[in-house]
Amino acid sequence: MEYLLLIYEDEKRWANMQQAEQESEMAGYRAFGKEFAAGIKAGKALQPTSTATSVRVRNGKRLSTDGPFAETREQLGGFYLVEARDLDEAIAMAAKIPSAKAGSIEVRPIMTFS
Amino acid sequence: MTSLDELYRAEWGHLLAALIRVLGDFDVAEDALQDAFAAAVVDWKDSVPRNPAGWLYSTARHRALDRLRRRTKFEEKRMAIAEAMASTSPAPDPLEEDDIVPDERLRLIFTCCHPALAAEAQVALTLRTLCGLTTEEVARAFLVPIATMAQRLVRAKGKIRAAAIPYRVPEPGDLPERLTEVLAVLYLVFNEGYAASTGDALVRRELCAEAIRLARLLRALLHEPEPELDGLLALMLLHDGRRGGRVDEHGELVLLADQDRTRWDHVQLEEGRALVRATLRLGPPGPFTLEAAIAAVHSEAEHADETDWPQIAALYERLYVLHPAPVVGLNRAVAVSYAHGPATALSLVDALAEPLAGFHLWHSARADLLRRLDRREEAVAAYERACELATNDVERRFLARRVTELGNKGVRGD
Repeated sequence: MEYLLLIYEDEKRWANMQQAEQESEMAGYRAFGKEFAAGIKAGKALQPTSTATSVRVRNGKRLSTDGPFAETREQLGGFYLVEARDLDEAIAMAAKIPSAKAGSIEVRPIMTFS
Repeated sequence: MTSLDELYRAEWGHLLAALIRVLGDFDVAEDALQDAFAAAVVDWKDSVPRNPAGWLYSTARHRALDRLRRRTKFEEKRMAIAEAMASTSPAPDPLEEDDIVPDERLRLIFTCCHPALAAEAQVALTLRTLCGLTTEEVARAFLVPIATMAQRLVRAKGKIRAAAIPYRVPEPGDLPERLTEVLAVLYLVFNEGYAASTGDALVRRELCAEAIRLARLLRALLHEPEPELDGLLALMLLHDGRRGGRVDEHGELVLLADQDRTRWDHVQLEEGRALVRATLRLGPPGPFTLEAAIAAVHSEAEHADETDWPQIAALYERLYVLHPAPVVGLNRAVAVSYAHGPATALSLVDALAEPLAGFHLWHSARADLLRRLDRREEAVAAYERACELATNDVERRFLARRVTELGNKGVRGD
């Protein structure tokens, strides 16, 4: 089974962090990447939502607006695409992502089409 | 020979759990088991098989595999999985009558009570699959339309399949946390039956019985003793054992102090007390065990005025440390009022105003303390507020009676 682990947290937290704190958080991510190297198929961090553009097409007209899909307290900050045996294993991985301590990780099974 | 109905009640969960294991799908297993019971109605007219449960299991499995084989290409993958799983099962001949059906109910319990499912879905799924209640019965017990309940079950089973919630007993490391989830579900089932806020009294009563049955089953299936499970079972036995005294012949609520204690089920109460005593010996008690100990102390008093309130107050003190919820604080205050007087208790109750002012029991507890302190007008006002907030007719009538009684006393000037 493939799962997408979506990392949501308050992006201001990262922006307000001391450099030493940022470094220790990055070290946490490197450790996570090493521990689950076999299961991680892809993973990226995202630029903050201030850089986001939302695009929608209505009545054939394209509308682009500044900002994320929804203004929320926590924002999508990155993701991992992982292979796991079942939901329990995916949840166990999600719980080890450093941001799980400050924000929350959404675990979504990937749809397969036969 | 037991009737098919009794067999259904006793074996549904056991058979279904084993079939889900073999077939790898809740819906396929459920349909197959229904079919097998339907077939038994016809086939058993003349003679009942030697091993009825084995017959039902084999028939259901046989039919399900047949049906899976007939499915379209889209389903071929699932069939392959099911067959692979079936081939690892112990019985090679699907219609061997002496099959001993493996007990997979522990897997079923943990899957139904998986934290990735919403609490209401966990409860519904547990009652439907393990207890064999029909969708209609579960809907009636929770006072929701049948369509809503059916939808809830479909969605839960859909999530189990799509998100690959495993059909497995959790690893030892995860077991304590997951067991807590299971106990919470059992307690929800029990409370839904016990609180009896409205609705069909008979179905409600059945929920309490099912929660107790599930707790006993869980105890039998787990290899290690789990003190909080024992504590929960004791708590449920002790509450359920007092049911006979809780409502009078007119259906009116009777306070613990006024209950006719001869109407309690003393055999069940003694079972609960023995379990509490044994659990307390296992180590520092958890919240369920403490609550059970409180219920045990209540049940020991032959009359309300013989209740050992200082002990109850001390137990609530410990419970409030472990579980500092406002409602626990309120119960503690009530115990303190009998152990150390209503004035001490009133300050504890007033300290809980912020979280509980919208809750009728906070007002009725306060009203009772004010009444005992002879602050009659304030007491009446508090009872009236409680009455406005209460949602349950039986409770509302009880509170209205209190207001009337206080009013009468005022007139007589006593």
